[in-house]
Amino acid sequence: MRRPPRDNADGVRRFTRRGLLLGGLQLGFMGALGVRMHYLQVDQADQFRLLAEENRVSVRLIPPERGEIFDRTGRAIAVNEPSYRITMIREEVTDPRAVLTRLARLIGIDDAAIEAALEELEQARPDVHVTVADRVDWQAIARVSVNAPALPGVHPDVGLSRYYPMREDFAHVVGYVGPVSDYDLSRIESPPPLLLIPRFQIGKVGVEAKYEFALRGKAGSRRLEVNAAGRVMRELDRRDGTPGANLQLTVDNRLQNYVQARLGEQSASAVVIDLASGDLLAIASTPSYDPNLFVRGISVADYKALTDNKYRPLASKSVQGLYPPGSTFKMVTALAALDEGLITAEDTVWCPGYLEVSGRKFHCWKTWGHGHMTLEAALTESCDVYFYDLALKVGIEKIAAMGHRLGLGEAFNVPMSAVAAGRVPTKDWKLQRFGKDWVLGDSVNAAIGQGFVLTSPLQLAVMSARLATGRAVVPRLVKTMDGVEQPAPEAAPLGLNENHLRQIRQGMFAVSNNRRGTAFRSRITAEGMRMAGKTGTSQVRNITAAERAEGVTSNEDLPWDRRDHALFVNFAPFEAPQIAVAVVIEHGGGGSSAAAPVARDITLQALYGDTPPLSAYPSGDRDRIKALQERLERERRNDRQPGRGRA
Amino acid sequence: MSYLEYTVRNVPAGPRKILYLNWPLVLLLTAVASVGFLMLYSVAGGDLARWAEPQMKRFAAGMAGMLVVAMVPIWFWRNMAALAYGASMLLLVAVELFGTMGMGAQRWIELGFMRLQPSEMMKVALVMLLAAYYDWLPIRKVSHPFWVAVPALIIALPAALVLKQPDLGTALLLLMAGSGLMFLAGVHWGYFVAVIASGAGALTAVLQSRGTDWQILKDYQYRRIDVFLDPASDPLGAGYHITQSKIALGSGGWTGRGYMQGTQSRLNFLPEKHTDFIFTTLAEEFGFVGGISLLLLYALIIAFCIATALSMRDRFSALLTLGVTLTFFLYFAVNMSMVMGLAPVVGVPLPLVSYGGSAMLVLMLAFGLVQSAHVHKPR
Repeated sequence: MRRPPRDNADGVRRFTRRGLLLGGLQLGFMGALGVRMHYLQVDQADQFRLLAEENRVSVRLIPPERGEIFDRTGRAIAVNEPSYRITMIREEVTDPRAVLTRLARLIGIDDAAIEAALEELEQARPDVHVTVADRVDWQAIARVSVNAPALPGVHPDVGLSRYYPMREDFAHVVGYVGPVSDYDLSRIESPPPLLLIPRFQIGKVGVEAKYEFALRGKAGSRRLEVNAAGRVMRELDRRDGTPGANLQLTVDNRLQNYVQARLGEQSASAVVIDLASGDLLAIASTPSYDPNLFVRGISVADYKALTDNKYRPLASKSVQGLYPPGSTFKMVTALAALDEGLITAEDTVWCPGYLEVSGRKFHCWKTWGHGHMTLEAALTESCDVYFYDLALKVGIEKIAAMGHRLGLGEAFNVPMSAVAAGRVPTKDWKLQRFGKDWVLGDSVNAAIGQGFVLTSPLQLAVMSARLATGRAVVPRLVKTMDGVEQPAPEAAPLGLNENHLRQIRQGMFAVSNNRRGTAFRSRITAEGMRMAGKTGTSQVRNITAAERAEGVTSNEDLPWDRRDHALFVNFAPFEAPQIAVAVVIEHGGGGSSAAAPVARDITLQALYGDTPPLSAYPSGDRDRIKALQERLERERRNDRQPGRGRA
Repeated sequence: MSYLEYTVRNVPAGPRKILYLNWPLVLLLTAVASVGFLMLYSVAGGDLARWAEPQMKRFAAGMAGMLVVAMVPIWFWRNMAALAYGASMLLLVAVELFGTMGMGAQRWIELGFMRLQPSEMMKVALVMLLAAYYDWLPIRKVSHPFWVAVPALIIALPAALVLKQPDLGTALLLLMAGSGLMFLAGVHWGYFVAVIASGAGALTAVLQSRGTDWQILKDYQYRRIDVFLDPASDPLGAGYHITQSKIALGSGGWTGRGYMQGTQSRLNFLPEKHTDFIFTTLAEEFGFVGGISLLLLYALIIAFCIATALSMRDRFSALLTLGVTLTFFLYFAVNMSMVMGLAPVVGVPLPLVSYGGSAMLVLMLAFGLVQSAHVHKPR
């Protein structure tokens, strides 16, 4: 033994002591670990379990299928078409550039698109589908699928996108959809999560926008189990959404198409309204545009072409365009006077060609005057002085009230964009607006639909319909929603004296059937189809005394935007009215020469439901009409070639 | 005692040695390793070949190594202590020069068939050398300042090298195991009080140095300390590990979600789910019952080893056994503390359970030393 036993025994004892102490510490620490484990796993289990669930479950939205839109005959106006796109996921590919180059050779995408895709891939999360090529054709999808092994990370994808088979015809009515913009989101209080999906499309204008909520439907959802990188492992459950409601419009696509074609390249609009139900059978505005351009994202050049066009193709003139109604307003003035009992239809007014009011001469369109005028004659020949005289008798307040009763100055609840209220002026209005008192001259101007009066073509059509029926016809654009008939607004009687109405209608009948009528040349000769109407020519400028003296009043001598608006309102058939029509041709010249023939053609087309027989036209006109019909027929055929303009 | 004092008569020799192995310890080690296989299989999503199978092979190799080491007389290993320490030091220097970067730290040397992690070897070598040192040193000299300075240097050298890799966890482990051994050897209390006090001072200095030019730790280590103190401050960034592992533990509840049903680790919410954070999978799938069972297995191993150590006659065997036990304890104590949010994330594996070659082999060899001490105990 090298060491003394005492030393050794002491060492062993100390060693044992310290060994036990350290061992005790170790076991104590393990006890603490156990306590901690109990705290985390048992005491706080609920809280952590919830956190784990949040961790692993990701809720994804299933965009609902947007409701489709049909015309009253069931023809599709807005449909959903499968749209194919090609996407790429970064984490599945090692060399995106090489794969994209290969893909480009296969389906032909240009270098700029490749660079854009690469940039987007760089920025997006690694597991996100990045669109490489949008709206590719089926063949491209097939090629990609066949070559899938050579294209790692590339996925063909199918979605739905909006398509408007009628293109220009319904652009202003139905509008179009487009991706949600920041501006759209800023207008909504708390946007539903569906709108936050990239490239989700919502209605931007027209019915698409106004019925957005119904058309959109309810989003479904999928609960997915995801890993830490967000990659989907499996679907836990799925709740399908509700597809959007299908809409059926009151518009007849054939008539609408005809009206658009008949208005042609003019800056014009027309409304055809069904008298029984208030259904809008056609509501047209020209020139128009192809809404499909907007769905795909319109090019800057195309958009500039639309906004720079002086005919304003983007404007929906039938509801949004406001024009002085001109002589089409004369029925309002006359009815107001009759209703107040201030005149009878037989009372005559002497028209010397002008009326002097407060020292100012108000001219009749017929410089040398009409002579003695009764109500019917005044309407037939559109004598201005007769109505100047009525205005002085009745006063503007009664005229305005009558205008409102007939639907003027009222913004109808039609689901189109920017429906204008127009204006039927009153004394209060002028005081508020201009701070000036109403003068008699204002009444005189208003009596013939000039001055402060502004109306939209839709309002004029409604006015015509109310005159024809004596009821408060309200326009309706949506016929059924998801097959359920939408309630037609009740057309309550206007409470007007039927005798007065008949006298007005008689005057309107004479306009287009009396040899002296301003629209006699545009009459309908078919028995039982004849129409009653009223021409209107509204000035957009003041005729100076110098001009009058020189006689420079011919529209042809003026630049387009200073010519008169041509208007025409009518209803037909006179004996048993079915429809009312309003036509406004911007700067078209005279109501009788420019607007009345168009309105007549539209009326006949609507009444016959197809191309009317030539016998319905005055015999002298038939050759010209035949040529026109053939031309329109040709244009419409070309226009309806299926597949044109599709990507 | 020297090996001359062992007599052939009271020390087992030849194949009979097998009978004198500490069999309960062998069974406990196998049980713990089996828990590891089970969890690795689950974490791989039911894939045996990914982690569980290599781990089994390593365990088999480790077991074989342990038996071989156990058959060799303990005095041989005592004589090897200095050599083992020297070799480990050389490798630590080598790793500093030629090491491979992994997770931002130089930790291993690529040998082709395996990755050699010298810091793991050093854990055992340090224990061996210190045990041999105190075996050689007369007990009365133990608290002499010079004879305290020598082992302190023996500990500090490798710890400094490991810290430089940088691997804070292993460095701390070396320091703690080494000083624990010194404590067991009977060094005077005063030294430890002084060291702990100065350690606290140093810690303050480390924290104070932050943001200055002579900043001691790397930024990520500071962040980890920050996040350790308040994991909620950065749940997606630096606090992610701790938050997610606490979620995993907590969502296990009493009995867990069931085998292979854990969502946290299987869905990759937990990083290093098969290495440092494997305990979370166990705790999530088998709940508190599973976690506490593993803790009990560990406790049994510790208890068996301490009991064996206290019955040892010679100082080397006793110190070595307690040193290995302490190292083993430090491994799982630090790992579990880390997983349960009681310690910073320092990258220490769960012994015998975490996937990894070096740690498993070294630990098994260390237990081989314990077995050798047990077998060659004079009876």
